[in-house]
Amino acid sequence: MIPLHLYLLVSAGLFCMGIYGVLARRNAVAILMGIELMLNAVNINLVAFWRYISPESLNGQVFAIFVFAVAAAEAAVGLALIISIYRNRETVIAEDVNILKW
Amino acid sequence: MTITPETVAFAIMSVLVLGGGLGVVSSRNLIHAALYLALTLFGVAGLYALFEAPFLAAVQVLVYLGAIAVLVTITIMVTRRLMGITENVNRQWPVAALIAVLAAAILGFVVISQFAGVYPTQAVPPDTIERMGQSFASHQGFLLPFEVASVLLLAAMIGAIVVARD
Repeated sequence: MIPLHLYLLVSAGLFCMGIYGVLARRNAVAILMGIELMLNAVNINLVAFWRYISPESLNGQVFAIFVFAVAAAEAAVGLALIISIYRNRETVIAEDVNILKW
Repeated sequence: MTITPETVAFAIMSVLVLGGGLGVVSSRNLIHAALYLALTLFGVAGLYALFEAPFLAAVQVLVYLGAIAVLVTITIMVTRRLMGITENVNRQWPVAALIAVLAAAILGFVVISQFAGVYPTQAVPPDTIERMGQSFASHQGFLLPFEVASVLLLAAMIGAIVVARD
């Protein structure tokens, strides 16, 4: 069997790549992709702890499924917002959308 | 650690996940980033299979690869006219890289110091998927979160249609 910490290290690496993607990329679609990476890292952790600590309970898997549902909703609404911004302002660069910036 | 089929599968899936993640955050061309994202999501599905959670692996392929990756790709293609941007990172990227490296160091330290060498003690019960399905439909289980999630998905669907409509 693979020890738990190897899975957790893979998940930590994926999460940190997601952090960098969210903070550093200019394109709003790329920012959303970074968020997807972070959600996937969290899901790997949830399922890893379910498998290694308490496989007889259902909580880890069920939590991961709710994360799936929230990720699907977030992607749909986020991408719809990006398409709407692109129609109105002809840009998908996050720092150009500054109408609400004081 | 001896080399078994499981360790080989873990090595392949880890390379897919981490290499794909690196490609997502570093590609200049967003289409390439979306393809790397699909690679990462496939690797995560493989990790679920290694966790003996076949239902989650199937849902990962269906929802993430089948829906979210396709949605991202379509959005990139729709907004393509402005894709000829030379710099793909903003001015604060050194700070972002520093934060990411610091977070990686902290997470790595915690993982190594707390969870090194933990192995599973129990086997996965063979009726896990069946019990999960029953718990989604029982008051002792997850009936209320299940219904809330369905309302959330409905609201997101209507919201996406309204926002993206002309």
